[in-house]
Amino acid sequence: MSATYRFLAEFAQSWGLVYFVTVFMIVVAYALWPSNKQKFDEASRMPLRED
Amino acid sequence: MTRPESLTHKSMTLGEAGAALAFGLLAFLSLLIAAKAHTSEYAFHAYLFAAGSIAAVFAIIDRYYNRPAEKAPLTIDGKPNYNMGPVKVATVAAMLWGIAGFTIGLLAALQLAFPVLNFDLSWLSFGRIRPLHTSAVIFAFGGNVLIATSFYVVQRTCRARLAGDLAPWFVVLGYNFFILIAGTGYLLGITQSKEYAEPEWYADLWLTVVWVVYFLVFLGTIIRRSEPHIYVANWFYIAFILTIAVLHLGNNAAIPVSIFSPKSYIVWSGVQDAMVQWWYGHNAVGFFLTAGFLAIMYYFIPKRVERPVYSYRLSIIHFWALIFLYIWAGPHHLHYTALPDWAQTLGMTFSVMLWMPSWGGMINGLMTLSGAWDKLRTDPVLRMMVVSVAFYGMSTFEGPLMSIKAVNSLSHYTDWTIGHVHSGALGWVAFVSFGAVYCLVPWLWNRKGLYSLKLVNWHFWISTIGIVLYISAMWVSGILQGLMWRAYTNLGFLEYSFIETVEAMHPFYVIRALGGALFLIGSCLMVFNLWMTVRSGDTEITTQSEPSLVPAE
Repeated sequence: MSATYRFLAEFAQSWGLVYFVTVFMIVVAYALWPSNKQKFDEASRMPLRED
Repeated sequence: MTRPESLTHKSMTLGEAGAALAFGLLAFLSLLIAAKAHTSEYAFHAYLFAAGSIAAVFAIIDRYYNRPAEKAPLTIDGKPNYNMGPVKVATVAAMLWGIAGFTIGLLAALQLAFPVLNFDLSWLSFGRIRPLHTSAVIFAFGGNVLIATSFYVVQRTCRARLAGDLAPWFVVLGYNFFILIAGTGYLLGITQSKEYAEPEWYADLWLTVVWVVYFLVFLGTIIRRSEPHIYVANWFYIAFILTIAVLHLGNNAAIPVSIFSPKSYIVWSGVQDAMVQWWYGHNAVGFFLTAGFLAIMYYFIPKRVERPVYSYRLSIIHFWALIFLYIWAGPHHLHYTALPDWAQTLGMTFSVMLWMPSWGGMINGLMTLSGAWDKLRTDPVLRMMVVSVAFYGMSTFEGPLMSIKAVNSLSHYTDWTIGHVHSGALGWVAFVSFGAVYCLVPWLWNRKGLYSLKLVNWHFWISTIGIVLYISAMWVSGILQGLMWRAYTNLGFLEYSFIETVEAMHPFYVIRALGGALFLIGSCLMVFNLWMTVRSGDTEITTQSEPSLVPAE
C-alpha cells in the first residue's frame, strides 16, 4: 500500500508535472502561433455575425 | 422526400416511445417506493417522482398528437431553425428561483441578526434555510441561467438547431424537478450534510441522468455546427458541463441504506472524504460559478458592445490556464486540518497561481470595451456586466489572498469568507446573469428592447449599494471575529467567550440583512421590467440588428 502510494506520488510529482507543463506549453504555442492569427480573428467575430 | 404533408404517415419516434415507457416504469417504481418508504418525507418525494413521471407521459403523448408529422426542419430558407422554447422556460425559471433564493437569503440573514425569526419551526430553522438559500441561488437561479444561455449561445455560435427533440425539454424540466426535490428535501430535513451537495442519493441519481442528457444535447449541437471553429464561450460551457459531471459523481459516491430509505453513506471516510468534498466544493466554484459564467461574459459582452472580444488568443490561454490550475485549489478549504501539510501547501500555491488566469480573463472582458467606453454612460445593462467583471477581478484577487495559510488562520470560519463568497456571487455571478437575461429576454420574445432602461439603472444602483453594504459589513465583522477569537489575556486565557463574539456581530448582521434586502428589491424591479417587456408586445420587425462594425487594426 505505502509502496504504491510512494510510487504514485513520485510519478505525479515528476512525470505528471512534466506532462502538464508540456501540454500547457503546446496550448500557449497554439494560441500565439502567427499563422493562426487570422483564424482566431474570424472566430472572435462569430457572435457578431447575424444570420 | 417530396410527398405532400397530408400523406406523410405520422408515427411516434423511438425517442418519444422510449421516453414515455421509461417514465411509465419510473412512475410504477416510485409508487412502489412510496408504499414501502421508511419515512413519510421520503414517501412524499416518491409521490412527487410518480406525479412528475405521469405528467411527463401525458405531456409526451399530448405533444405527439399536436405536433406535425414531420420533424422540425433544421433550417428554414437556408437559415438555422433555432429551438428557443427550452431557453425561454429556463430563463423564466431562473428569475422565479432567483427571487425565491434571494428572499430566503434575506430570511437567513435576518435570522442571524434576530434569532426569534426561527419561529421555533423545525423547517424554518437556520440549518435548513441555509442550504435552501445556497442551492436556490447557485443551482436553481445560476443553473437555469447557465442552461438558458448555453442553449442560446451554442445555437447562435454554431448556427445550428439544438440537438434532440424531447431531450432539451427533458434537460430544462428535469433539472427544475431536481431543484424541487432538493429544496423540499432541505425543508423536510433530508440532507447528506455535504456543503453544496446536500441532496440525497436518489436526487443525485436523477441529476446524473439529466446532466448526461444535457452534455449530449450540447455536444450534439456542436457536432451539427456549420461554423468551422468552436467559439470560446462554448469551450467554457463544455468545461462547465463535463467537470460538474465528474465532480458530482466523485463527491456523491454513496451507498443507500435501502432503496426504501432516503439515507445513504459515503464510501470515502475521514480526511479523504473531507478532501473529496472540497475538491468538489471548490471546483463547483471554479467550473459552475466561474467557467459557466465566463462563457456568458465571452458571448454577451462582445454582443452588447458590438465588438469582438479584446484578444481571442488571450481567451484561449485564459481557458486552458483556468482548467489546468483550478482543479488543484480545493485543499485551501482545509488549512490547519488533518489533511497532510503538503496537500494544504499545494492548494495554497495553486490558488495563488489562479490569480493570473483570472485577471487575464478580467482584462480580456473589460478591454473588449476599448474604444466604446462611452456606451457605459448610456447602457445600464452593459454597465451591469462590466461591473460584474470588475467584481470578478476583485473576488479572484481576494480569494488567493485568503488561501494563503497565514491569512487563512485569521479569516477561516469567520464572516470574511461569507463576504468573499457574496462579492463573487452577487457582484460577479448574479450581475453577469442579470446582464445576460436583460439581453436575452428581448431577443427571445422578439421585442425591440427592454420596457425601461431607467428601471435597469435603478436596479443597478440599488443592488450595487446592497452588495457594497453586504461585503463591507462582512469584512469588518469577519476580521473583528477572527481577532476576538485569537485574543489572549496576559495570563494566557482566551480574552473573549464565544457568546461575546456573537454579540459583537449583531450590528454587522443587521447591515448585511439591509444589503440583502436592497439586492432583493433590485431584482424585483428586474422581474417587473422583464414582465412588462414581454407583455408590451412591441415586436421587432427585423429580428436582428444591423451588421456591426469591425474595429480597424
